[in-house]
Amino acid sequence: MSVIEISHLSFAYEKQIILEDINLVIEERDFLAIIGPNGGGKSTLLKLILGINTFKDGEISILSQKPSTNLGQVGYVPQNTNINVDFPIKVIEVVLMGHNGGKRPLWGYGKDEMMCAMGVLEQVGMSDKAHTKIGSLSGGQRQRVMIARALCANPQILILDEPTSSIDTSGQKEIYQLLKRLNRDITIIVVSHDISVILEYATRVAHINKRLSYHDISNKKHTFHTHDKKEHFCEVELLEMLGSDNCKECKDMDCQWSDIKWSSIK
Amino acid sequence: MIEALEFEFMQHAILAGILVSFASGIIGSLIVVNRMVFLAGGIAHTSYGGIGLAVYMGFPIFLGASIFAVAAALLIAMLTLHKRHRMDTFIGLIWAVGMAIGVIFIDLTDGYNVDLMSYLFGSILAVSREDLYFMAVLLGIILFVIVFWYREILAVSYDSQYASIRGINVKFFYTLILILSALTVVIAIKVVGLILVIAMLTIPVYIAEKLSNSLLSMMFLSGIIATVFTLLGLWLSYTYNLTSGASIIIVSAISLGIFLILYRQK
Repeated sequence: MSVIEISHLSFAYEKQIILEDINLVIEERDFLAIIGPNGGGKSTLLKLILGINTFKDGEISILSQKPSTNLGQVGYVPQNTNINVDFPIKVIEVVLMGHNGGKRPLWGYGKDEMMCAMGVLEQVGMSDKAHTKIGSLSGGQRQRVMIARALCANPQILILDEPTSSIDTSGQKEIYQLLKRLNRDITIIVVSHDISVILEYATRVAHINKRLSYHDISNKKHTFHTHDKKEHFCEVELLEMLGSDNCKECKDMDCQWSDIKWSSIK
Repeated sequence: MIEALEFEFMQHAILAGILVSFASGIIGSLIVVNRMVFLAGGIAHTSYGGIGLAVYMGFPIFLGASIFAVAAALLIAMLTLHKRHRMDTFIGLIWAVGMAIGVIFIDLTDGYNVDLMSYLFGSILAVSREDLYFMAVLLGIILFVIVFWYREILAVSYDSQYASIRGINVKFFYTLILILSALTVVIAIKVVGLILVIAMLTIPVYIAEKLSNSLLSMMFLSGIIATVFTLLGLWLSYTYNLTSGASIIIVSAISLGIFLILYRQK
């Protein structure tokens, strides 16, 4: 069953075209990585799905409905979680924000909401920090809290925008392993620059640079092992993994993943 | 000092000091965490136009100041939501225009019947019974809003984009915070005057922020700290025959200095 369907979606700021004729079907329990150059429209696509930006051309449906109807089923982890670190707020209060929009008691937070928030903190391994000020956590810990907040709404789809951009490599690995675990039950969509890490975990890849090209890489997994390494692997290994059967579509478009030229692989 | 408590004006001053301190502690916290300090300054100075109008037309000063302050708050809310990048220019503009309107109206008023200085530097010793009612009602409204909408206000202040995805009406709460700020500025003008009101709204909050790990505790701690400063300033002003508003601010500033030295050493 598909959870998100996007057809013929285009978007422009003033006269500058950001996205052009985007078609994408995301199936249940996919682990989709969205990659592409800066300014290529990755974050814009997420914002369109989440209804932060509005579009005129094309269509998006979430769980076969208009996005606004099923936004409650979508958990979102925003890009920069290092903003507002001085804000006096406890970890548990941040997580509880995920419940907003649902049923609520007259004031404060319900007992069930508290239980649920503690539950998701447990899930991301942060329950012992529930009453710590958010500013005193490390970048990786804060990212887990943001994931917990997104999980609080009990979503079927989890969308993350550059979840590891401000975290060291060991922290990145932990985040992705967490996502992999969550992927057993929910669909995961990750925007990332770090293709070498993301390809280890993703089953589908969408490259966006104004237009979108889609790759199913789930069957390439067996040649691809980095679990024994502490650091993320390098681009050379990436090339080995993709081998000579690199996709036709990409060759045609001569697109770039990070600094690798597809035309130079052969 | 004890015998001074027998005077009605002194009792009014102390009561007003406590009411205004708690209102400005709570609202000052919201102003600081939402980075609205400059906005509050603009609102304070704009309200001088209302003071001038009230003097000229002969209606209560509080009413005139409140109308101008709330109008300024609504204008700022509208501009922030639509033209964020030009905010500083607009605030500077209404800041000066409000003051100019006030000065012109006072020029036009026959005879010189108001003490201008008392609005610029406060007149806590001249608080009437009606003023006290106004302050008490406003504090009541602020407490009501905080009790019933704390989680929404927290969500909007911490991460407005996420709050909006979760279905919270960000514009409504942003405007509500600005209107409550405007009214708080008006009552704080009575205590410390419009020039010093920013210090009243930020110094206690700054200290409380360092000592709190939640917005709620920051608000009430700010209220307590502001009360202590106000009463100490009042005592200083009475004992040495100094201007009350300026005494309160000097007490606050010296305390802040001592606090920062002690806090660094910790």
